Amino acid sequence: MTDISTDFTLGSMVCRNRVWVASGTFGYGDECPDLVDVNKIGAVITKSLSLKPRDGNPPPRIVETPGGMINSIGLANIGLQRFLEEKAPFLRALNTAVIVNIAASTIEEYKEVLGRIEEADCCDGYEINVSCPNVKEGGLSFGTNISMTAEITRVLRPLTSKPLIVKLTPNVTSVSEFARAVQDEGADAVSLINTLIGMSVDVKTRRPKISTTTGGLSGPAIRPVALAKVYEVVKSVTIPVIGIGGITCANDALEFFITGAAAVEIGTANYIDPNIAVTIADDIEQYCRNNGINDVADIIGTLQTDQTISVVKSWL
Amino acid sequence: MKIELLPVVKLEQLTPTIYALHLRSTYIAGTIQPGQFVNIKVQQSNYPLLRRPFSVASKEDDTITIIFDVVGEGTHILSKKEPGDVIDVLGPLGHPFTMPGRGSIPVLVAGGLGMAPMPILTQTLADHGITDVVTFLGARSKDSLIDYKLKNVHFATDDNSKGFHGTVVALLDAWLDSVKAGKVTVYACGPNPMLRALQSALRKRSVGGQVSLECVMACGVGLCQGCPVASVKGDKKYELVCKDGPVFDIHSVII
Repeated sequence: MTDISTDFTLGSMVCRNRVWVASGTFGYGDECPDLVDVNKIGAVITKSLSLKPRDGNPPPRIVETPGGMINSIGLANIGLQRFLEEKAPFLRALNTAVIVNIAASTIEEYKEVLGRIEEADCCDGYEINVSCPNVKEGGLSFGTNISMTAEITRVLRPLTSKPLIVKLTPNVTSVSEFARAVQDEGADAVSLINTLIGMSVDVKTRRPKISTTTGGLSGPAIRPVALAKVYEVVKSVTIPVIGIGGITCANDALEFFITGAAAVEIGTANYIDPNIAVTIADDIEQYCRNNGINDVADIIGTLQTDQTISVVKSWL
Repeated sequence: MKIELLPVVKLEQLTPTIYALHLRSTYIAGTIQPGQFVNIKVQQSNYPLLRRPFSVASKEDDTITIIFDVVGEGTHILSKKEPGDVIDVLGPLGHPFTMPGRGSIPVLVAGGLGMAPMPILTQTLADHGITDVVTFLGARSKDSLIDYKLKNVHFATDDNSKGFHGTVVALLDAWLDSVKAGKVTVYACGPNPMLRALQSALRKRSVGGQVSLECVMACGVGLCQGCPVASVKGDKKYELVCKDGPVFDIHSVII
């Protein structure tokens, strides 16, 4: 049996594979040790961390919709201080890449959080959340403003030599312009898509099904949108693109790799099986073995764009 | 906790819409505690996408039972299962009921399908030598009163079709006149309006107890933070029903 190369290097961060877990869907990596071998995940991205603890939004926070779910958690998190005391030692001891996701309502807050995590040296990289749809300050008001998104990248870039990934929202007219803007400011990669704004109404009560009326739609329902956004961004930047959106199995992940994503993040599917990222990584390795591919990297960006019509029987 | 594919032993129809589903799991039957739940993927497809949480109602040898009413797509699919089918089950999950203090009478109060965790609680109390259980069970009408494996049950129906005519909380409240406040521990589960009424009735009498809450959930293990309940104690504004509960001190949560 040949060994398949699965690893991925982004700047100083070496990941054992290209299947990561998305921020906000995997806690701080320590939630369910019974169910998952965290060290087999390509990279663990933490729940968004803010300077002060956040209680999050009132219930109801989630509702299932066709092929997906809408959430409005509101960045509930334990805050920087408790993170450094309670979570950093666990994360530091992990034998896999750790990416801390940072959310903030001001540029100063981003700088302070990143600066103090940098001092604590408890991660391999950063993902900057400029695109949470569920908070009043910061969140989408940053992520939908191109100069603000660029500014955040510009001020954070000099604070770390570790990889800086900016997580982009699809709730804009042209996500590739945002990707180019953060690339120009020195981001090492972009990850996309964050959730799409969605809404669901209870006809019986005529009330929205979540407390904030609208929230973030995720799950398989958004995968085609995510893939199209990744396709758009891959064509317009040279930095790696991390694909996110409704991935539930190896086949889904392969769609993103073929389209040009250098790695993928698994989100909603973790809620059904917290070990799914490991399963997907294993299945991709098996796919490579079955198809005579020695390195997962050889799949990336292999989309065939000639107009040959392929007959897809599986839809029957 | 584990994820297992569990074979269906039997699907028992209790009423036109309420079922008891018996699943074989040596692991869960051996580790489950009363008040804990399982999170079930009703079928292997993206619809329904998320697992659905169910209290474990009872255990026997290597079998666990869940009781459900067909109220939506997930429970509709479960109601079509047959012996030999396998179902993807994650559990056991959450914090269980705890045993009452010495000399305290356990009083079980349930509304509708809130009876679900009560049989295993009755069973576990008996295993601890506690058999003086008093159970209050209420529903809209006698057709939805499920007294499956319950003991010493006092019934209440909204439509006067069985037992006391009125709410289960009113029935319990009248009964509490006859006992000393410090002598009972209430165990409750049911719809939120019932639990609010119960909370207020118990508070007036300084009676304590434990409540099992129901909530829309995704993961069931604390990953998604999707099932908060407002808390009145400690420094946290919210607790998570899946992980910090589903059983809480009845006076510690804002239902």
